[in-house]
Amino acid sequence: MSSQLQQGDSSRSVLHRIMGGSTLVAVLAVVLSIVLGGILIAVTDDRVAETSAYFFSRPGDMLTAAWEAASGAYIALFQGAIFNPRADTVAQAIRPLTETLTVATPLILAGLGVAIAFRTGLFNIGAQGQIILGATFAAWVGFTLELPPGLHLLIAVVAGFIGGALWGFIPGILKARTGAHEVIVTIMLNYVAVYLVAYLLFTPGFQNPGSSNPISPRLDDSALYPLLLGSGYRLHLGFLVAIAATIGVWWLLNRSTTGFELRAVGANPNAARTAGISVTKGYVVVMMIAGGLAGLAGVAQVAGTEKVLTGGIAASFGFDAITVALLGRSHPWGVFFAGLLFGAFRAGGVQMQTQTGTPIDIVLVVQSLIVLFIAAPPLVKAIFRIDQKKKKKTTKPDQSSEDITTTTAAGGVA
Amino acid sequence: MSVATETRPEGPTHTATVRNWKAPIGFGVGALVALLVFALGSPAQTAVFRISNDSDRFRLADVALPATAVGWFTAVALTLIAVYAFLQVRNGRKVARWIPIVYGALFMIGFLTWVVGSANTPSISLAGLIAGSVTLAIPLIFGSLSGVLCERVGVVNIAIEGQLLSGAFAAAVAASISGNAYVGLIAAAFAGTLVSVVLAVFSIKYYVNQIIVGVVLNVLVSGLTGFLASTLLSRDSATFNSPPSLPVISIPFLSDLPIIGGILFRQSIVGYLMYVAVIVIYVGLFHTKWGLRVRAVGEHPQAADTMGIKVNSTRFWNVLLGGAVAGFGGAFFTLVSVSSFSRDMTAGAGYIALAALIFGRWNPIGAFFAALLFGFFTNLQYVLSIVGTSVPSQFMAMLPYIVTILAVAGLVGRSRPPAASGTPYMKE
Repeated sequence: MSSQLQQGDSSRSVLHRIMGGSTLVAVLAVVLSIVLGGILIAVTDDRVAETSAYFFSRPGDMLTAAWEAASGAYIALFQGAIFNPRADTVAQAIRPLTETLTVATPLILAGLGVAIAFRTGLFNIGAQGQIILGATFAAWVGFTLELPPGLHLLIAVVAGFIGGALWGFIPGILKARTGAHEVIVTIMLNYVAVYLVAYLLFTPGFQNPGSSNPISPRLDDSALYPLLLGSGYRLHLGFLVAIAATIGVWWLLNRSTTGFELRAVGANPNAARTAGISVTKGYVVVMMIAGGLAGLAGVAQVAGTEKVLTGGIAASFGFDAITVALLGRSHPWGVFFAGLLFGAFRAGGVQMQTQTGTPIDIVLVVQSLIVLFIAAPPLVKAIFRIDQKKKKKTTKPDQSSEDITTTTAAGGVA
Repeated sequence: MSVATETRPEGPTHTATVRNWKAPIGFGVGALVALLVFALGSPAQTAVFRISNDSDRFRLADVALPATAVGWFTAVALTLIAVYAFLQVRNGRKVARWIPIVYGALFMIGFLTWVVGSANTPSISLAGLIAGSVTLAIPLIFGSLSGVLCERVGVVNIAIEGQLLSGAFAAAVAASISGNAYVGLIAAAFAGTLVSVVLAVFSIKYYVNQIIVGVVLNVLVSGLTGFLASTLLSRDSATFNSPPSLPVISIPFLSDLPIIGGILFRQSIVGYLMYVAVIVIYVGLFHTKWGLRVRAVGEHPQAADTMGIKVNSTRFWNVLLGGAVAGFGGAFFTLVSVSSFSRDMTAGAGYIALAALIFGRWNPIGAFFAALLFGFFTNLQYVLSIVGTSVPSQFMAMLPYIVTILAVAGLVGRSRPPAASGTPYMKE
């Protein structure tokens, strides 16, 4: 098989590279993951367990129960994420979709932060801490400063970006100056951020006066993202910020000199250095941008959905952002749509858990399976028995994962 | 200082001198901290370190250190070392390797005396502190060893967290069903191996980026175990989630020795396995034919292949072995430390293990001490919160993480991973 690698490589046309079943594989990967998730739901279902006791006498019962368990959960998920047909009004029916967009906002922003670092050859696991710092800075501006509307929000957003950028600057400068591995530093800074905000929320400047809980005062209305669709929906201006950030990152990476330098550093730091590009500067700059983007995700949380600062402000968005960036293959628009997909899973998962009692963890399982399968097209093709002849030749790194694969060449983790 | 001689040493060691001011600057900052905090901010109490418990057979006297005197002593000593390092670097010499160790030890004495001295009850049990550190470090060490086994053979293992978590889950379920903790231990190794199989298949057979597989596996295991924990385990926790604990095996006489008795001779089987694993993997990697082959595959797979070593199968088996080792570490959570599984109970231990592995420079012994350091600071924070310090508890909780950052930035520097780590091997 391996002797055919070279041959397979050269026989591959450009058209094939683009069309090469990549979309098909993505769709199949999603289908496969959903089916596997469904099997898991069915296997752990109570009714299925009961009916399986008499499986051999009446197998239909168990199969029906299994189908109902899995499809019920997924229907609930869909209704919670996209469209609720049982709602009385159209406004109610599309409410789930707006929830999806709301949840996707921090995922997209933080995912962009992880992705841009990927492209520079850095593995930024620190989005979680960067979100927390961004939220903290923005929240402080929001409930402490008294500014006119508009300006107040603007300052809060800038502060959030700075907060995240600061938390990204630390691993960037340490990587550049001392060679400290960014993976370790960002992991450690995640924990430091958690404890830092836990400490702050017990200090007078941050804790809500009169409260004994670790919770901040509510942000002033002038510092909140305006709601896009009125008070009935949670969707806020932060989503437009996420779209703008996606365009901005796309422009930065593909159209600007800085972006070119960053990608050069990511592709081959030694070559970049030889070409006169400062690798150390690239590390610092990209980590600050990455942190700033994650900081904007924090702003979306604190000035958009939550409106107060708490210890759990970042939820698990920082970690989900890594899978979002991976699924989006570190391309800005890929990240955008991956963020939407995972936002839908998350928003729908909540609905599913309340409606059918299926734990929301199933969403994690399906998400990670999707990323795994998309990363290994030969496996998906083998399972669905498509492209059999070519499959033998194409057992090699998938062309479309090249951009991420290079991150390891640049000294990814260890 | 007498060391500041004018003549420079001759010889090949001196050819490529790039003056590295990192050490003197770091030492200077530390000395300043010692002066301001340990000396000038010293409490007027005596810090007592209890070495033996009242119940011990052999008892050593408690160590009582007057905080002010120790504070000034460490501040002066640290300043002297900083000046010495400064002069050495100015003269174009390297700072000797033992200097940072002495410096670190002195700094620790100063810090401990200050922090214990300023506590409400300035007395802690040194034996308890150290024994607790080892206990906390056990899963981290297993995790790091898994990382060593994988990375030495050229496969990055981010999935340590997932391996630990799956080990913890499998140990809890298997031990509960069988009623035998040792069955749980074996099941944990199998579960860790299973995670490794996925890692190995995807990264070695399908050439998927190893970091991606690792990260995704962590999410997958977290989701799977969380899902099963809130369906199967919570539905019937008596059957599935009440594992018996592994007993502590005390070795007669030796376990009564002060300090080291508790660390070395009063452990559960997981603890003893940990020591065995560190030694076996160290000897195996650096003193056997197998180890030479493994390292060759990790450093230069083409060369290894030319010499007739089967690169990908060596990688495959090593990754599997790593998974089993990490699985044992996972069993620690449910069979030794807590007696039931709860979702995400490893709480990032796998990532800390990853840090310990890099901090320990991809060496089993190094990883062992790095994990111990982390366990020490984690435990110190618990101990200090009991005796009551003026330092806010959140800052004490940050300590292990900040120390790790400082250590990685200051001491390790540009640590070099195995050359082929992270790159798939494709035969030409």
